[in-house]
Amino acid sequence: MAEQEASTVGDSGGSTRPTNEQKLLASLRRGDEDAFRTLVNEHGPFLMRLALMHVPSRAIAEEVVQDTWLAVLNGIDRFEGRSSLRTWIASILLNTARTRGQRERRVLPFSFLLRRREEGRDEPAVDPDRFQSVRDSNPGHWARPPAEWDSPEERLSAEETRRVLLEAIAGLPVRQREVIALRDISGWSAAETREALGLSATNQRVLLHRARSKVRAALERHFEEEQLVR
Amino acid sequence: MSEIEGPQMSCSELVEVITEYLEGTLPAEDRARFGRHLAGCDGCQAYLDQMRQTIAALGRLPPESLSPEAESKLLEAFRGWREGG
Repeated sequence: MAEQEASTVGDSGGSTRPTNEQKLLASLRRGDEDAFRTLVNEHGPFLMRLALMHVPSRAIAEEVVQDTWLAVLNGIDRFEGRSSLRTWIASILLNTARTRGQRERRVLPFSFLLRRREEGRDEPAVDPDRFQSVRDSNPGHWARPPAEWDSPEERLSAEETRRVLLEAIAGLPVRQREVIALRDISGWSAAETREALGLSATNQRVLLHRARSKVRAALERHFEEEQLVR
Repeated sequence: MSEIEGPQMSCSELVEVITEYLEGTLPAEDRARFGRHLAGCDGCQAYLDQMRQTIAALGRLPPESLSPEAESKLLEAFRGWREGG
């Protein structure tokens, strides 16, 4: 439900959204609680989704979201509308969540090597064994081609499938997770995603490609296993 | 003919440029090679379809939300901010 509301607002196009947003911001600056509730309903779902990707529990994620809203309120006079409101809020959340996540998990700083791994530049999208080798008749062509997924509609929305999707995403490097969450789960454009995450066009695309390829592979494995069970 | 149109695309190449294809950022010549390969390859058609279904399935994940307790805490914090500011 909330997602549908959010996407209605998000899809309403370039001309109406900024006006609505500006009205909302003006009300918020005056301390209007309804305006705040509206913003929280609209942006809450993706904020929670992003927060959960960085910290180990729902309780901490909720604190991160709360801290983010307070930072938004305290910074509201500085927001000049050069970026969209949601990319601004997202970048605040990511700062908060990354700091918190590092404290909780004691992860290493973001080094060059780590960045290479995050982008997964060297990983193939599909297991190389699926293709014919130079010794075969048609090198580079499928040796074991993907099967057609039948009755996808019901299957793809099944509880079991959701679990597989979320597990696959949880297994991705964090940068890939952020990109696929904004692009494919929340339906953001490439431009907004780049802006919120501070990525170049190429990085955004490479991260999305690796993430999608791995999630597809996870679904494929899942459906193959299901077939075996049947 | 193939010299003008560029070398044929292989399946293993196609799966690596599929995101650029879907994003609309694949250069025109590669886009044409992609299309020609796809027209004659059932495996890659299935792959492209799986990729689209994966994206659609991600878009249908239920939204996350704050617990009611966290939401009322948030509103309390808002009122605190309003009084303070």
